[in-house]
Amino acid sequence: MKVLAIDTSNYPLGIAIIDEEKVIGEYVTNVKKNHSIRVMPAIEMLLKDCDLTPNDLTKIVVAQGPGSYTGVRIGVTIAKTLSWTLKIPLVGVSSLEILAAAVGRYFPGGVSPLFDARRGQIYTGLYQYENGKIKTVEKDQILQSKDWAKQLTNLSQPVLFVGNDIPLHKEIIVEEMGEQAKFAELTELNPRPSELAFLGMHREGEEVHTFVPNYIRLAEAETKWIEANQAKDSN
Amino acid sequence: MGEFIMEKDQYILGIETSCDETAVAIIKNGREIVANVVASQIESHKRFGGVVPEIASRHHVEQLTIVLEEAMSQATLEFKDIDGIAVTEGPGLVGALLIGVNAAKALSFAHQIPLVPVHHIAGHIYANRLVTEMKFPLLSLVVSGGHTELVYMKEHGHFEVIGETRDDAAGEAYDKVARTLNMPYPGGPHIDRLAQVGEPIINLPRAWLEEGSYDFSFSGLKSAVINTVHNAEQRGETIKPEDLAASFQESVIDVLVTKTLKATEEYKVNQVLLAGGVAANKGLRNRLEEAFGEINVELVIPPLSLCTDNAAMIAAAGSIFFEKGQRAGLNLNANPGLDITIHNQ
Ligand SMILES: [Zn+2]
Repeated sequence: MKVLAIDTSNYPLGIAIIDEEKVIGEYVTNVKKNHSIRVMPAIEMLLKDCDLTPNDLTKIVVAQGPGSYTGVRIGVTIAKTLSWTLKIPLVGVSSLEILAAAVGRYFPGGVSPLFDARRGQIYTGLYQYENGKIKTVEKDQILQSKDWAKQLTNLSQPVLFVGNDIPLHKEIIVEEMGEQAKFAELTELNPRPSELAFLGMHREGEEVHTFVPNYIRLAEAETKWIEANQAKDSN
Repeated sequence: MGEFIMEKDQYILGIETSCDETAVAIIKNGREIVANVVASQIESHKRFGGVVPEIASRHHVEQLTIVLEEAMSQATLEFKDIDGIAVTEGPGLVGALLIGVNAAKALSFAHQIPLVPVHHIAGHIYANRLVTEMKFPLLSLVVSGGHTELVYMKEHGHFEVIGETRDDAAGEAYDKVARTLNMPYPGGPHIDRLAQVGEPIINLPRAWLEEGSYDFSFSGLKSAVINTVHNAEQRGETIKPEDLAASFQESVIDVLVTKTLKATEEYKVNQVLLAGGVAANKGLRNRLEEAFGEINVELVIPPLSLCTDNAAMIAAAGSIFFEKGQRAGLNLNANPGLDITIHNQ
């Protein structure tokens, strides 16, 4: 079994190849560069360095969002196409869960991975390990970081925050949560593609044709259209 | 040695996602359509009065593998039979282009098939090669929602833009005028239909630009139409929309046909090809047919299904570029501002 994992949902670009026993190869960068130019060459290089060909792959796991709409789409498009044409299963994993899975394993509390979503908002969710397995406590969502932090103070345990965008929201979180909030270290802030691969390895393959990114939000034009039509209906 | 070489058939798979059609096609030997699948999103964009880029990109992700599968099954081919993967690199909506480009790269990588980048307008022009063989030198009039161009070709794969619009594309002007007349998106076909029953009795300008120029300009005409409607409203007069549509269409077609004829003469071409979505316009087709009926130059107008965006045209153009050795690497990106002369070698 050779699992290829692809994560292009935010600035970090992550590719990994694992099998049942080990992480065979991993490629991660965190730079503001165009994913479209770099993903396929990165996949090609990693496979070559690991002496593998596309036909050796047995499963594709992709970060399904949330994140940058364009970024998520690039990864999902490549994953769908490879899965379809190589006739191997496709599994999608939350882009937030990848972050939580890596840091939460030995943490006695909830994990809140986050990506900045502009105007004070974050994409986040709440995850926690239970008997060595990661569980979703609160599903992925978008909301004001302030509202999220307030909500988390109801928990009777510490919460570990993780993600490259923490500096943008740390002050607000600490203001609401004080000592209850813990923050992951610099070296843990990039999502690890090998973690993505492990998360997806034993999950069941999904229907390739209907597989879509989890944007969390509707397109702006659609939201406006719905609002306008509701206004019309209520008149 | 007494050996003989069997010419192998060439199969090019084309992918087109530059705007609101998700399309995949397979072309044999550059001219024969063996599969041609188009999933249109137009119904989804209608409610917004135009194409919304983010929504177009989302639909492409939903449709592409379905369209790919349909095309492969229509052709009853396997990827080992495909010689090249041609994909629209640009111009177009960047987010939409990215879906086709990345899918093409994934296919190219998975099966080690050469990747051939194609300019969208080169594709529109090559749609004609699916109708009849091209005879050089030739001239192509490209008219679509985003383009109004006269392209001269001295040989296969060589493009020289001798005239282009300086402001709105003809199709854009059609859509804006349709909006002024309160018609739904896309407006072109509605104007064309109204124009068939109206009389061109309203005086509207024609932008000929400076002597000898093959460039176009439609923004002045568009403003004149809007002013005409406003002035009539203020005076409490009514203008028959049919007449306004006919007058507007006459003005657009006058300029297009006159400049095309002039270039045909000056460049001494053997063939004139109509290309792009506006080629579906009845008024334009009729006037061109009339004009070219009187001179000894062949006029080619592809069927409607090959005028609007499709991937057969991308594969047809890709077939020529493939033969010329044009290739892209796995670092190919979408290029919304791509220049057609990249194909000239
Ligand atoms: Zn087009």
